[in-house]
Order: sequence, then structure tokens, then C-alpha cells
Amino acid sequence: MAAVLADELVAPSPGALLRRRVLGHTGLLIGAGVLAAVVFMALAAPLLAPYDPYDQDLARRLIPPIWHGEGTWAHPLGTDMLGRDYLSRLIYGARISLLIGFAVMLISGLIGTALGVAAGYFGGKVDLVVTYLITVRLALPVVLVALAIVALVGSSLWLVILVLGLLKWDRFAVVMRSTTMQVRELDYVVAARATGASTARIVLGELLPNVADALVVVATLEMASAILLEAALSFLGLGVQPPLPSWGLMISEAKSYMFFSAWLITIPGAALLALVLAINLLGDGIRDVTAPEGRN
Amino acid sequence: MLAYTAKRALLAALVALTVSAACFMLVHLSTDVAVAMAGEGARSEDIEFVRKQYGFDRPLAVQYADWLGRAARGDFGESLYFRTPVGAIVWARLPTTLLLGALAMAIALALSIPLGVLAAMRPNTWVDRLTLVIAVVGQAMPSFWFALVLILVFGLHLGWLPISGSETLAHFVLPAIALAYYAAPAIMRLTRSGMLEVLASDYIRTARAKGLRRPAVLFKHALRNAIIPVVALAAVQLGFMLGGSVVIETVFALNGVGYLAWEAILHNDFPVVQAIVLLVALFYIVLTFLADLANGWLDPRIRIG
Repeated sequence: MAAVLADELVAPSPGALLRRRVLGHTGLLIGAGVLAAVVFMALAAPLLAPYDPYDQDLARRLIPPIWHGEGTWAHPLGTDMLGRDYLSRLIYGARISLLIGFAVMLISGLIGTALGVAAGYFGGKVDLVVTYLITVRLALPVVLVALAIVALVGSSLWLVILVLGLLKWDRFAVVMRSTTMQVRELDYVVAARATGASTARIVLGELLPNVADALVVVATLEMASAILLEAALSFLGLGVQPPLPSWGLMISEAKSYMFFSAWLITIPGAALLALVLAINLLGDGIRDVTAPEGRN
Repeated sequence: MLAYTAKRALLAALVALTVSAACFMLVHLSTDVAVAMAGEGARSEDIEFVRKQYGFDRPLAVQYADWLGRAARGDFGESLYFRTPVGAIVWARLPTTLLLGALAMAIALALSIPLGVLAAMRPNTWVDRLTLVIAVVGQAMPSFWFALVLILVFGLHLGWLPISGSETLAHFVLPAIALAYYAAPAIMRLTRSGMLEVLASDYIRTARAKGLRRPAVLFKHALRNAIIPVVALAAVQLGFMLGGSVVIETVFALNGVGYLAWEAILHNDFPVVQAIVLLVALFYIVLTFLADLANGWLDPRIRIG
């Protein structure tokens, strides 16, 4: 009893507090768990996948998954219309989704953060120009413009990444601009300026570390949204190209078979939903546990 | 308010001009329009003739000004695939997309405002949790996949609704639901947070203290104040919806502007794509302008700051 009381009296360290908040946040834990599983799946794909995802076997096409009765353990998730093992394609597909999500997030994050921090820190004319750029960007319909550019230049994985990266920086810019505006007036930034620190030093040493939480939250949301966009572009036939096992492309290719072989679209769709949900839950969770009042 | 309106209008006009320049460049970079118009197997003299005839040999800025002038009158040239005026094709498809957008927004509002209000009335109960789950799942759902699942369930298994085409109003139901689910989560979350904020304010406590009945407090005092930002968000969402309708219309073969855009992109018909991108962008610009005015009118801090 006395020991417990003594423990309670010692204020927990900030690290311990954060750990307690993280462990108490169900959504964050679920999101992190699922995301970790998908990342592992993507990294260990050659070890996990039972077959080559490109191997066709027309004698074994459209085998239903195991829960359908006629399924076989040789192909737990069945095979597609070309007889390719669906589980193997699903596992390799995680690589494409994660790569696109991560790369788009990096490119758009770099552009958006640079613009947003510049607008928030310098204000005045810089802010006007950035606000104008954000407004123009928001007025352009992302799906339509991305489709048009991909159709124009020719679709490939890297082009999709580049186009989405150049289109999706708006939320980074908006959030970084307003967060920087708040932080700019705080005492430690004013103090740094008073001691004669250079702009680069203030931005890199004082501003960025203190807007990092907000940045991570936007980054997760943008990664999720980039994954959904790639799937939509691939579904419309203007994203990554066959035979790559992109989940969106798998749904697109199976569209004409879906009435008799519904699993061909439900399985990759469920995988997309699970991955995007996990990333969003992780983002929301990080926002909750890093918020000053630690709300849940 | 007048100065604020003028400032917003100026920004909107500037943005519209920039977007139009981007659309012009899209076609200009994409194809040599003269080659496309001369048709397959044209001799180089023919192409040169078309180039001179239509003025494609003039400086870029002159061509842009000329194009902008004609675009302002609804003249976007001729479709390279359909071989008819672009303006007429897009105009003919517009009502379908507008109907789809209006239906989808009606469904989204009918779903998300009551749920948002309920969640705010009973924070941290199962109602609140349920709306949160609906919102979180909705934001993670690939819209084209949700559309396909709707087709499987309501079109194939239950056989309630048609799944392809745009002949009757029934054809619009599934696409509208698919599109609505895309806009609902954000509206629901904003309704909830707005209502929570309003319900905690002093004038609501006063209204309750003077003995007003619960519905009167809720609808006359609280919702009316929480709803304007929601309406503004809905306007912006409607703009996004028109852009996002390309996916949904393609899935359901709904003969609107989005489906037209997809067809045009597949056939490298860039004058049509250009007109549609510009149209969707202008819709968005006008809607956000109106949303800005609504917000500024509601909250003096916005229009002064």
C-alpha cells in the first residue's frame, strides 16, 4: 500500500506519460499493428508468397478462396482469371501501395512544408503568393488532372508517383502555414531571434522540431489518400500497368468477372480498406496522444 | 464586408485565370492540334494549311488570349474524337452530373447532419462511437470499390436497382449513394464539433436556464449557429464531388461529364478534357467563393483578419 502511494507521488516523466497515452489508445495500437503487418508483408514478400505473382496457369483459373467450399489450400485466396495465385499477388501488391503512399508523401510533404513554413514564417507577400498557389491547386480536380497527365505522358509507376506528389502538397502547406504562424510568436522563437540566430537556424532548429507532431499527422493522412488515389487511377486504367499486382489494378482487371467470382474484387478492396484505415487510425492516434491536453 | 467580398472576388478571378492558363497549356503541350485536326494520313502541306488556317502558328500568348475569348463564350473548339463542338457535348452531359451531385449531396447531408447532432448531444456514448466508426471507415473506403460492392449487393443479389446507364432516376440511386459516402464523413465530423462548441456556450446555458424545451434549444438556438460552417463545407465538398464523379460515373456508366472525361482521356481527345477540367475548376472556385462569403458574414473575425 505504502509503496503504491509513493509511486503515485512521484510525477511520471514526459516519456512515461507519452508511453501511457500510446498504450491506452486502442485506435493507435490497432492502426500501428495492422500497418506493421502490411509493411512486414511487403518486405518479406518473396518469403511469404507461395507462388510467383506473375505465373499464369490457365488450367487452374478462377479457383475460389478456401471459405467457398470448392477452395483448396494450395491457393488459400483462390486464383484470378489467368490462373495466378491471388494470395501471392495480394502480398506483392502491398509493396506497390506502400511505395506509392510513402514516395508521394515524401514529395508532396517536401513541397508543402517548404511553402507552408515560408508563408507562415515570413508572412506578408510570401504568404499572399503561397495562399494564391494553394487556392489554384485546390481548384484543380486532382483525379481529372492526374488522369489527363498520365494519359498524356504514358502511365508508369514512377510517373504516377511524380504526378500525385506534385498535386497533393496542399494539405501540408495549409497545416504547416497555420502551425508555423502560431509557433512563430512563441517566446523561444522570439528569444532565438533576439540572440541573433539566422533564419535557417530558427526554422530548422526551433520551428520544425516544434511543428513535427502536426507534420506527422498530415503525413499519415496524405499517405493514406495517395494510396487510395493510386488505386482509383489504376482502376480507371491510367495508373500502374499490368501485370503489376497493384490492388486497384487487380480490382479493375477482375471487374468483368465480379458477378460470378465476387472474391476477385472483395479481397483486394478489403486489403486497401484495411491498410488505409490502419494508416488513418495511426494518424488520428498520433494527433490525440501528442495533443497538449492528451485527449482521447 | 464589402472590402472582404471584393478581396475574395479578386482572388477568385485571379485563380480562375491561372487555372484557364493551365488548361490551355494542357492541350497545347499534349498534342499538335493541327496534326490531329488534319486527320490520319494527312500530308505535311495539309497540316501546314490547318496550322495557318486556325492560327496555330501565332505566338502562344496571342493564341491563349484568343482561346480565352472564345472559351468565355462557350466555344471550346471541336472534339477530336466526336468531331462535334466541345461545348455542345459537355453541355448535353452536364444535367446528368448536376443531378448526380445534387442527389449525392442531399443524401450526404440527410445522413451526416442528424448523426453529427446526435453524436454531439451524447458525446462519448455508443451513438458517438458509432458515428466515429462510420466516419473513419468512410474516409478509408476506396470509392470505386464501394461502388462495385453496392452493385454486387443491391444490383445483383437483391436485384433492387439498375447498375448501369442513366435512363431513369433509379439509375442514379446507387451512384449517388457511392458519391455521398465520400462526402459524408467530413460533414458529420464538422457538425459534431460545431454542435459541441455551441452547446457548451453561455447562451445555450441561458436558454436552458430560462426553461426552454430541449428541441427548441437544440434546433432554434444551437443547430442554427452550428450549421453555417457546415453549409460552407458542403459547398466545397460539392466542388470536390464533381471532380470525383469521374470515378463513380465510369463505374456505373452514368452518362455525365465525368464519364465523358474518362472517354475523352482514353481517346486522347484533349479539347474535351480541357473544357471539363476548366468547368469543374470554375464550379469549385465559385462554390468556395460563396462559402468564404458565408463564413465571413457569419464570423467578423474572418473578414477583418
